[in-house]
Amino acid sequence: MRVVVLAKQVPDTRTVTKDAMTPEGTVNRAALDAIFNPEDLYALEQALRLKESNGCEVIVLTMGPERATQILKDSLFRGADHVILLSDSRFAGADTLATSYALATAIGKLSPDLVLAGRQAIDGDTAQVGPQIAQELSIPQITYATEISLADNCTIRVKRAIERGSEIVESSLPALVTVTSSAARPRSANARSVMRYKNFTAFEKWSVDTIGGDLNRYGSAGSPTKVRNIENIVFTAKESKVVNPDDASLENLITELIADHTIA
Amino acid sequence: MANFYTDNPDLEFQFSHPLMEKIVCLKEQGFSDFGKYDYAPKDAADAIDSYHRVMEVFGEICADVLDANAAQVDETGVKCSNGKVTYAPGTVENQDVLIKAGMYGMSLPREYGGLNFSIVPYIMAAELTARADASFSNIWGLQDCAETINEFGSQDIKDEFLPRIFKGASCSMDLTEPDAGSDLQSATLKATWSEEKGMWLLNGVKRFITNGCADIKLVLARSEEGTKDGRGLSYFVHDRAWGGVTVRRVENKMGIKGSPTCELAFKDAPAKIVGERRLGLIKYVMSLMNSARLGIGAQSVGISEAAYRAAFKYAQEREQFGHPIIEFPAVYQMLSNMKARLQASRAVLYETGRFVDLTKAYASIMAKEKLSPQQRGEYKLYSRNADMLTPILKLFSSEYCNRDTYDAIQIHGGSGYMKEYQVERLYRDARITSIYEGTSQLQVVAAIRYVTSGAYSQLLKEYNSDCSMGQFSTLAGKLSDGICELDRIVDFCNSKSKSFIDYHSRALVEMAGNLILSHLLIKEAQRNSDMKASAELFTAQALASNASHSLFIMNFTEENVSSIERNYSSKCEQDVGC
Repeated sequence: MRVVVLAKQVPDTRTVTKDAMTPEGTVNRAALDAIFNPEDLYALEQALRLKESNGCEVIVLTMGPERATQILKDSLFRGADHVILLSDSRFAGADTLATSYALATAIGKLSPDLVLAGRQAIDGDTAQVGPQIAQELSIPQITYATEISLADNCTIRVKRAIERGSEIVESSLPALVTVTSSAARPRSANARSVMRYKNFTAFEKWSVDTIGGDLNRYGSAGSPTKVRNIENIVFTAKESKVVNPDDASLENLITELIADHTIA
Repeated sequence: MANFYTDNPDLEFQFSHPLMEKIVCLKEQGFSDFGKYDYAPKDAADAIDSYHRVMEVFGEICADVLDANAAQVDETGVKCSNGKVTYAPGTVENQDVLIKAGMYGMSLPREYGGLNFSIVPYIMAAELTARADASFSNIWGLQDCAETINEFGSQDIKDEFLPRIFKGASCSMDLTEPDAGSDLQSATLKATWSEEKGMWLLNGVKRFITNGCADIKLVLARSEEGTKDGRGLSYFVHDRAWGGVTVRRVENKMGIKGSPTCELAFKDAPAKIVGERRLGLIKYVMSLMNSARLGIGAQSVGISEAAYRAAFKYAQEREQFGHPIIEFPAVYQMLSNMKARLQASRAVLYETGRFVDLTKAYASIMAKEKLSPQQRGEYKLYSRNADMLTPILKLFSSEYCNRDTYDAIQIHGGSGYMKEYQVERLYRDARITSIYEGTSQLQVVAAIRYVTSGAYSQLLKEYNSDCSMGQFSTLAGKLSDGICELDRIVDFCNSKSKSFIDYHSRALVEMAGNLILSHLLIKEAQRNSDMKASAELFTAQALASNASHSLFIMNFTEENVSSIERNYSSKCEQDVGC
């Protein structure tokens, strides 16, 4: 069985400083650390658990610039069997649709039984790429997964988080599953793997030429999303108000909020 | 992401010590594993780079997992019902994460699944675990048992047990009995050979056994019927799966609550002998005990680090009289003392670790081939230094960690007395460090002979000549006077009765230790200017403390000592009837 995990290197938006945005309103990538997208680590953990229980092969695929090999190395440290960097200047300017097409085309070359991804990336927060890939590949998709196991050789069983609880669903394979951060904690790097791969540089690199596909669907040409303008919103704190924890005070607060149309 | 290794440059600094390359070369013995194992280093620089990288992972786990779980582990503690011990959920998670990260069997040879790391990164990992959760550092640190099996066990025993330890099988060392604590040679747990089973059978009771519910146990037992002293004791390994051992109860302790301290009943528990008969206490336990003392040194330094950081952070944040309290001399005086003691403890921890490393490396070469005369000389020197520094490390680091946690609470004021603050737990956890694995008083017993024989003085003179050049020459000069003063007091004591020396032994060992730690701090400051302030402060205090000790010893006469002795020995006869 073969599992492909999709991973993305993202700016660490959890530690945003005041120079996190450029004056033009775009993300200042130089000011932020580049990290392994947190929810993708949860997806990798699920893949490694399947490897432990069912002996499958785990391949991590990322699309990005050369430096994204950092997260590929991290994947090897944590137990991935194989890693691939999908990188080509012709991917530049890709929105989620063009990105999904590129990744789906690359995944098609690997013929996996299962594709895992994080629910969403912390830079764009769209949660679109995983589902769009499933659509492109015409395979079932399951989102918000917290536990994944094999029901039998060609069926997957997934516990997914839903409002007010969870549900367990099954799907035939191949399928795509996106994993949330309420799944099992991602394991750390393994000491031996760290020593084994610390000087590893022979990353497998794929380009448009490797994966083929429709050139008009890559990069900005394949991206219907056009960004007109990005505004930098600065939150300013105004004077605060202390509300006593009693019914009367809460009543007053609600009346006040309705009056100034904060709530309807 | 927090990381207890990368946030503390004093740790990586230890890997740059001039002896590190030699240690690694001896440990790797010609780097013959390179090519055989894909994670073995090709040279010393590669090995040290691996230490550094693995510590980065370890430091992250300590900060993100162990430290995050520590308060819950302390609150939940351990449970025992129907002979089954249950760890706190956080402890189970800690173990699971470290097993998956391949952090068990760190110093074991690669053929048994180990990382073949030297002692220096191993004790660093122990320090890191203790900074996060001192109770967990006990459970993790009991992989020391693997070292003993590796050093003294037969090939069959090694093959049977060592690979399991790498996979995370837990260990315990079962020495103490209700009537054999500090006096281990009076242990009575009985070992009898069973022809029928082809194994030894153990019968008796062990008490205060850390992690007594472990999978693999090393047990000290009396194999020679009719003997009463240490020469009748042998060392055994017992697998929990063989049955026969029941946990009667777990102790309700003041601190390190996540670590189960068990009372065990052995009833015909099968066991295999480790090494030779009769050498249980006098050789194997002594060796294990030295490693365990190094471990407690690391634990103490880890707790002190946590206490210093908590106090420093609180002092910066807490404002009184319109200022952060860190700006008040009464507070920064305490903080600077804590830091100096912490850095001095760490200096002696890693110095001892290096000597233990070199000793073990030569011992392992010696098991295969004859050492050259030069190697033999070095082996003797390093093993003597390791033996001399171990009790100093255990005594000073554990006493300092008690003081540091005391001061950390003091800096927190009333808040520090509350359960909500980490320092309250640190204070309780610290208290055991000066008691277990040999009390402070027993460390003094182990160390005093090196004071009276002049061995410490000789080591100090070597250290002093290393410090006499460069920016610390003035300080080295003062310390040189301090060594002369120590020699003078030792000569004075050597001319007195044994009772006189026994009475003053704590003061004498502290005098030697003060000078050793001062020199080690200066040696570190020579390579790292961040240590300068601590080196100067610690040395000034060490010399002042020695002056006070020496004044007391000179003035408290044989007669004074005898009258105290009479007072207590007669009381003992009257009150206790002993």
